[in-house]
Amino acid sequence: MAASSTARSFLQVAATEEVVSPLRFVQIEGLVILKIIKHCKEFSPALVTGQLLGLDVGSVLEVTNCFPFPIREEDEEIEADGANYQLEMMRCLREVNVDNNTVGWYQSTILGSYQTVELIETFMNYQENIRRCVCIIYDPSRSNQGVLALKALKLSDSFMELYRTNNFTGEKLREKNLSWVDIFEEIPIKVSNSALISAFMTELESNTPVTQCDYDRLQFSSNPYMERNMEFLIECMDDLSMEQQKAFPILLQELVTSTSPATGMVSEKKVVYLISMLLDSLFSLKDHLGPSKSENMARKAAGEEPLPEEDPTNPIFKPIPEPSRLESFLITNQIANYCNQINGYIVYSRSYPFFWIA
Amino acid sequence: MPAGDRTVLQFSTQSTANLSAKVHPLVIFNICDCYVRRPDQAERVIGTLLGSVLPDGTVDIRNSYAVPHTESAEQVALDIEYHHNMLVSQQKVNPKEVIVGWYSTGLGVTGGSALIHDFYSREVPNPVHLTVDTGFRNGEGTIKAYVSVNLALGDRQLAAQFQEIPLDLRMVEAERLGFDILKTTSVDKLPTDLEGMEVTMQRLLALIDDIYKYVDGVVEGHVAADNSIGRFISDTVAALPKLSPPAFDKLVNDSLQDQLLLLYLSSITRTQLGLAENLNTAAQNL
Repeated sequence: MAASSTARSFLQVAATEEVVSPLRFVQIEGLVILKIIKHCKEFSPALVTGQLLGLDVGSVLEVTNCFPFPIREEDEEIEADGANYQLEMMRCLREVNVDNNTVGWYQSTILGSYQTVELIETFMNYQENIRRCVCIIYDPSRSNQGVLALKALKLSDSFMELYRTNNFTGEKLREKNLSWVDIFEEIPIKVSNSALISAFMTELESNTPVTQCDYDRLQFSSNPYMERNMEFLIECMDDLSMEQQKAFPILLQELVTSTSPATGMVSEKKVVYLISMLLDSLFSLKDHLGPSKSENMARKAAGEEPLPEEDPTNPIFKPIPEPSRLESFLITNQIANYCNQINGYIVYSRSYPFFWIA
Repeated sequence: MPAGDRTVLQFSTQSTANLSAKVHPLVIFNICDCYVRRPDQAERVIGTLLGSVLPDGTVDIRNSYAVPHTESAEQVALDIEYHHNMLVSQQKVNPKEVIVGWYSTGLGVTGGSALIHDFYSREVPNPVHLTVDTGFRNGEGTIKAYVSVNLALGDRQLAAQFQEIPLDLRMVEAERLGFDILKTTSVDKLPTDLEGMEVTMQRLLALIDDIYKYVDGVVEGHVAADNSIGRFISDTVAALPKLSPPAFDKLVNDSLQDQLLLLYLSSITRTQLGLAENLNTAAQNL
């Protein structure tokens, strides 16, 4: 009796919910990184995916092994095949004492354009079965620049709740104080290796003072890369403006219906006028950004910007892709920023060697 | 006494004369990982090597997986069904990778290995046997590759000899990148691109320093002049495009301005994003 005051009974322990400590970082083994690099590189530019295996320990998610998925053809019966393949691989790996626990998946991407609705759906699928899962994104095109572009992502909890209720109206988003940056959380990655492997690698290292990745980094011909980035950016801009056009009439209609009882007709027109002015300026800003490619698009869009008709039966909803598009936009942006930084740095330091030799 | 018919021990070396193997570091990682995870009673790990044979005859070893086996003093048993299952699964992902041999950990080649090699030679005409010494018996981790050569005495097969073939550790650029990370036991965070740039610049400066010192040494007479090195250096310096300083400055400035423009553009886009976001969510407030 007295002892049970300090020791909880089994029933009590089973009843209390475990406190889920927040995920602080992901610990990946070097083996997994090498496998991911190899797989993504072999099949680039096609996008590939694979499964991550490991352990979920406290606030650390350990990833100890992975295996690739075969490329899926567009065929219905491959579904069962895919599941079979997975089971078979897990079973085989279990026999050689590899951790049999799925902790997420990895995928390759091109220039960071991985934020699609499919990603979110896959996340939700995984989340139903596993308490904690991450998605590792690897970018082989950035690795050609000399940078190891590996990222671990997780859906933020607030976004997940919102997605479950499938409710994306503006009010809900404002309530939760959720903007597009809050959809994905990036988790820091740590790399660990067993001592045996590090011993081998230290020995096998070649003695050249300069390695190939140094040559890659010092390359100046990043123009094609930047061009592709800008193209992506412009495409995303176009998509965004289309989305906004879709959403705009509904917003406007809501605005109109909300102001009419409070104030007179005059101010209502003013508000409508103001908003259309703002939209106009947004479109013209887009004009400056992509003169060569999207000039026609912008002209067309600005030209056919009619005032919306009243349609009270239209349910107010924000199309689900919109937040994702914004995010993908942001990321492409970030990449453009990134390579600008790199380039700026390169250009500054480029002058030095030349001055030395000359 | 004159020998009647003396049969000569024949080493058939033609086929193996130019055979060599290339190993990707992933394979070594796999092997080490399997070794660390082996079941307690097993002393060594055995597995299959996957890869391809290049047109010039070298064997390119790209992937591997472990196969459970039991070993005792007299016999060795390999789980063949597992081996086939894994092979089928792996080939679903990468049909170009075929069996090229097998590996085992441990330094030398034992009697049991000959049996296993026999088994593998039924799958592949000339399998390569890779040994990875995880025990570091020679004070270093030795990785050796062997092929089996048949020793024939006249018409009779006497034995099979394991002959060593040259092995090359080959690394792809992307793997090179992560190499520094892979060397130590733990890394706290992945290096960002700026840090990598820094490391590269330091290495480059170190190289240039070395060259300077060498040239100074030769000029002052400390170091014996080596003509080939001198020619090499002069070739390198001559490879720099001949630009007058103003032209060079203009070039650099132009590209710098282009990049600044891009930077500005992307900042504008970000600002517009923020604007659009606020518009969309705050519009209901009105």
